[in-house]
Amino acid sequence: MHAKMKKDAFPIKGFREGLLITLSEGDWSKVLNSLLKQIDDRQAFFEGAQVAIDVNERSLSAAEVSKLRSLLADRQVTLFALLSRSAATETVAETLGLSTHKSVLKQSSKDLPRALYDGENALLIRKTLRSGVSVKFNGSVIVEGDVNPGAEILAGGSIYVWGTLRGNAQAGLQDLRNAVIVALDLQSSNLCIADTHYQESKLKIKIKKRAEIAFLDGDALKIMDWDQYKRLE
Amino acid sequence: MAAKIITVTSGKGGVGKTTSTANLAVALAQMGQKVICLDSDIGLRNLDVVMGLENRIVYDLVDIIEGRCRLRQAMIRDKRFEELHLIPAAQTRDKSALSPSDMVKLGEELREETNWVIIDSPAGIERGFRNAIAPADEVIVVTNPDVSAVRDADRIIGLVEAEQKGPARLLINRLNPGMIQRGEMLDAQDILDLLAIKLIGIVPEDEQVIVSTNTGKPVVLEEKSKAGQAFRNIARRLMGDEVPLMDLDFKEDFMHKLSRFFKSGGG
Repeated sequence: MHAKMKKDAFPIKGFREGLLITLSEGDWSKVLNSLLKQIDDRQAFFEGAQVAIDVNERSLSAAEVSKLRSLLADRQVTLFALLSRSAATETVAETLGLSTHKSVLKQSSKDLPRALYDGENALLIRKTLRSGVSVKFNGSVIVEGDVNPGAEILAGGSIYVWGTLRGNAQAGLQDLRNAVIVALDLQSSNLCIADTHYQESKLKIKIKKRAEIAFLDGDALKIMDWDQYKRLE
Repeated sequence: MAAKIITVTSGKGGVGKTTSTANLAVALAQMGQKVICLDSDIGLRNLDVVMGLENRIVYDLVDIIEGRCRLRQAMIRDKRFEELHLIPAAQTRDKSALSPSDMVKLGEELREETNWVIIDSPAGIERGFRNAIAPADEVIVVTNPDVSAVRDADRIIGLVEAEQKGPARLLINRLNPGMIQRGEMLDAQDILDLLAIKLIGIVPEDEQVIVSTNTGKPVVLEEKSKAGQAFRNIARRLMGDEVPLMDLDFKEDFMHKLSRFFKSGGG
């Protein structure tokens, strides 16, 4: 749809509370410059915006965060949250009065029950999820059984199905982009990680059943043999 | 006498619950068993029609529950088998006329009268379904070999488990071997892989079933009908006999399986 538009350097998503910009890896000064350029290019869009920035694993100093905030402020953009998986960056952001928790970005339709965060906790379900069953958990979900058509799992973290996945699986719901969906037999195309849905309506023909993993590769949701994926890492 | 109470249910409508109930009841009666069929589809009764007993109804299930008649008065004796009775549903009421505990109480009374109670459940997953399975010792889930019926069966199996009436057994009705060979219908193995419960029988598609439904003469009474044979086999399995599945000529050869696989995109 946007094939002809110039591609944004960084993906932006809209939430009720504001925009979420996810930065890529690489040299901080270059990333910062691309970000500022992206904002300058679409000044009208960004003016007055509240933004949360996800810096991923990156570790930032207080000076860097403070500078980021003032550069954004110069452009009439308010930084209200800095999301990171680096404990150091989180501490810095908190010191500067920024939110660091992803829960500040609630997606109204996908509010999960409050639970602990980010893979430290997982829900183990030791039965087959049949049609009509919905499991919502803000962490990872492990099913020892099948997930049948008409059943759904909404997980804040990853989803592991020790059986056949035929139902709807949505992982990384609060924008955890490294969440994955793994199944011994992955037979559903009804998959979503963070906000990205699997685009193909049909799955590839499998000659032999083997475990597969669905993951985000850039902006695309891909499915790969587990063995193959492990070799990539 | 301590009868066994079996509820026949499905989730989806039109898959053959009523036909299965009538045929299993008649097949058990043919084997000399005392059987009471109970139509719990209040407001949409039709077990009486399938059994050819609609003209004999005086009292119904709701009359028993509300104390307007005695149990025996509402039991209609079958035309062919002395020990086969039907308790019809009320046609002018709805599902809220009964509660699950009413049904449990009735079930306990019926146990003293007979060997088998076969309850025909309404479609759906609401009050009527809960009423129907409340007194059950065992649940038979009927499905057809199509995707929507199987999905509804899956839902029902989950609900039966949740009500601690499981594990249910599966009756696959209206299987058409020709369509399976052409890759136009799910085969029994696909269905069992998904639903993962025990199979009690497979009933092939048979035009004779429609004829017999309209004439009120259940198809088990037709010696030559394949569907009738399948229902007789299921009744024997209920009695505890080991009866092998009928050969319905639907064993697929490898090429058929392969072509079906490619047609469905492997999904």
